[in-house]
Amino acid sequence: MAKKIATLPFTGTAEQEQELRAAIDALRDDPGALMPVMQKAQEIYGYLPVEVQKIISEELNVPMEKVFGVATFYAQFSMSPKGKYRISVCLGTACYVKGSGVVLEKLEEALGIECGAITNDGKFSLDDCRCVGACGLAPVVTVNDDVYGRLTGKPEEIQDILAKYAD
Amino acid sequence: MKTLQDLNAIKEAMRKEVALRLGKVSDGAKYEKHVLMCGGTGCTSSGSMKIADELERQLKEKGIDEKVFVVRTGCFGLCERGPIMIVYPEGSFYTHVKMDEVTRIVDEHLIGGNPVKEFLYEETVRGDEIGSLADTDFYRKQKRVALRNCGVINPEDVNEYIARDGYQALYKVLTSMTPDEVIQEMLDSGLRGRGGGGFPTGMKWKLARNIVPDADQKYVCCNADEGDPGAFMDRSVLEGDPHVVLEAMTIAGFAIGATQGYIYVRAEYPIAVQRLRIAIKQAREIGMLGKDIFGTGFDFDIDLRLGAGAFVCGEETALMTSIEGNRGEPRPRPPFPAEKGLYQKPTILNNVETYANVPQIILKGAKWYASMGTETAKGTKVFALGGKIKNTGLVEIPMGTTLREIIEEIGGGIPNGKKFKAAQAGGPSGGCIPAAHYDVSVDYDSLAKIGCMIGSGGLIVLDEDNCMVDIAKFFLQFTMDESCGKCTPCRIGTKRMYEILDKITKGNGTMEDLDKLEDLCNYIKANSLCGLGQTAPNPVLSTLRFFRDEYEAHIIDKKCPAGVCKSLLQYVIDKDTCIGCGMCAKQCPASAIARTDYIAEGHKLASFEIDPAKCVKCGACIEKCKFKAISKQ
Ligand SMILES: Cc1cc2nc3c(=O)[nH]c(=O)nc-3n(C[C@H](O)[C@H](O)[C@H](O)COP(=O)(O)O)c2cc1C
Ligand code: FES
Repeated sequence: MAKKIATLPFTGTAEQEQELRAAIDALRDDPGALMPVMQKAQEIYGYLPVEVQKIISEELNVPMEKVFGVATFYAQFSMSPKGKYRISVCLGTACYVKGSGVVLEKLEEALGIECGAITNDGKFSLDDCRCVGACGLAPVVTVNDDVYGRLTGKPEEIQDILAKYAD
Repeated sequence: MKTLQDLNAIKEAMRKEVALRLGKVSDGAKYEKHVLMCGGTGCTSSGSMKIADELERQLKEKGIDEKVFVVRTGCFGLCERGPIMIVYPEGSFYTHVKMDEVTRIVDEHLIGGNPVKEFLYEETVRGDEIGSLADTDFYRKQKRVALRNCGVINPEDVNEYIARDGYQALYKVLTSMTPDEVIQEMLDSGLRGRGGGGFPTGMKWKLARNIVPDADQKYVCCNADEGDPGAFMDRSVLEGDPHVVLEAMTIAGFAIGATQGYIYVRAEYPIAVQRLRIAIKQAREIGMLGKDIFGTGFDFDIDLRLGAGAFVCGEETALMTSIEGNRGEPRPRPPFPAEKGLYQKPTILNNVETYANVPQIILKGAKWYASMGTETAKGTKVFALGGKIKNTGLVEIPMGTTLREIIEEIGGGIPNGKKFKAAQAGGPSGGCIPAAHYDVSVDYDSLAKIGCMIGSGGLIVLDEDNCMVDIAKFFLQFTMDESCGKCTPCRIGTKRMYEILDKITKGNGTMEDLDKLEDLCNYIKANSLCGLGQTAPNPVLSTLRFFRDEYEAHIIDKKCPAGVCKSLLQYVIDKDTCIGCGMCAKQCPASAIARTDYIAEGHKLASFEIDPAKCVKCGACIEKCKFKAISKQ
């Protein structure tokens, strides 16, 4: 799938860079270090801007083209920033047959953004995902680490969930 | 820990405590009662850990924390009813436990000795008699081998695993068996891979042991990528019993001659990752991983690798490419991983559930294992029941149980009085089992005969409200998105298939499209590089085979019989039921609803009408109408 690449200016801090370099040092000798390093980098920065990919490429001595290739291959790596609250609607089979498609539509309406986008204030981002393994609660939506299950897509329910992240 | 004595000392010290959880009261146990609280993903999402904290707080406050022990376990299986709490030794089964119920459970049951009937799972309450979870329909027919510790032990405490014979199989293998004997035991047990392929596990190990006799390094990998959306048995094993996987991988390492293992686990499973990390750390601390295990000179260690959300990485060669730190693209086979796998070294890859059976086979013997199941499919299989079924959750049953038994007896049937239409098995690689085959024996060969497969064990039940063309399209969208793009038949072919299906669901399909679709299916199956493409057409072929009439209804009559495909639906207001309140018109984003001049008998206001040309079929009007006057046709 094509990936959105953010055009926002890079705002990484010196502390973040230090943390990243430390993580790289810890993993440097592992032949399969690239992915764990990129996962760590995404944890530190919230996404993988080109500037960060460059540091990884130089430090691990792998071509930039390979770092970029890995970043675009895996759904989990994001090249645009996510919201403070990452909303993710499960479109796995168990959720889909119980109507998670409708829940996604209602969330798009309520937030005024499409799936894959982020609200203008940077507060919410909306994505779909494939099965979080809570199929017993289908349909499922996650907001950061919180899981909401047995949803119906009713407007009150959507508002209730969003209201919890009012700050 | 170096010896069997050390292991047995821990086991003995814990024995009485754990016996309590099997309903046996033994003198001298430290606690009178154990309260087991499910800490699996489903129950945790509904707040089970907060409830466990509150329970502990109250036990302490009321001074009975010396008598009652709270255990946070893995999944019990009946996720539908979470959060779940079980009180042993009596086995009282509390479901949908709420925070404000804790006080009464503590006061009346844990202190007073009287279970709080109205909070118990209804089926266990028969008048004055209270049954345990073991005699509910959901559990009675199950046979738990891979899941034997899930919902019994605290997965974060290796001592509890040891109390349930943990690491005894490893001891037996390292001290009294040769690698060839281990492999023979696996072959005799008849265990076949639970990750979808169904390849005999013993055979795989044998190949990896023998094919490159002088290999300087070999690897043991565990596939915990669980890509089938709607399947979560591997997750439950990892969350509920992580040590069983570590023990089995170490046994496999001994059998094939490897010293290093990798577990490739989905990053979407944070609790499983966390518990695996704890388990690996504990196993290293007590010497069950690392150098010179049990003083036998055998070394073995395991590391974790996290996936990053690519379905194809569940395929064995792609998984290995991914562990090496690359784009997870599959490699052509041969060479097979047994010869050239991870870092070009001989490698075996088994699924989580496959491993979960191994220690029991070593301890109880191949004969015991082979006594369960059918002629060609031995043992048990875990299924994730989902979709339109009452008891959604995990069940483990002997191979060869009929679909009807699984759905009607264990699963409790279809909710809301709806009719069973089909069961989807095998996820994006599998197919649908229609009502006509409700009595099919669920095993590898019987399902293959009807163009379906067990797959990894996801079983999604569909009722009359699900459209089969829409389901086929759903899976094609999935495989299209997840195709890695390396080979053309899969990359382009799945897209073309998706386009045809999309056209049909929009009412623009022709009968020739069905022939084209079938041709494409056969071409993609025959020419794709890896299993993803080779099996991608299955959901389409299977629905075409059993539900051709539904495809034809979309094409010829321009109707979706199940009322799912939006473009083929009309929203209609029943003018005699409509009281004319106008809520629907207010709600309509497309201003497609207007008042007519028809006033129904007994009503004061004129009814409304939808202009099909303007209607965007969002369904907002149906939601708002309190009088159920609007329907989809
Ligand atoms: C596209 C694709 C996805 C797969 N996904 C998984 C998976 O998520 N988990 C799994 O155990 N096996 C998966 N498999 C099967 C593996 O390739 C492999 O056969 C299996 O892990 C071997 O273990 P087993 O013999 O114990 O089943 C997948 C296969 C294909 C072709
Ligand atoms: S399908 Fe949604 S959580 Fe599994």
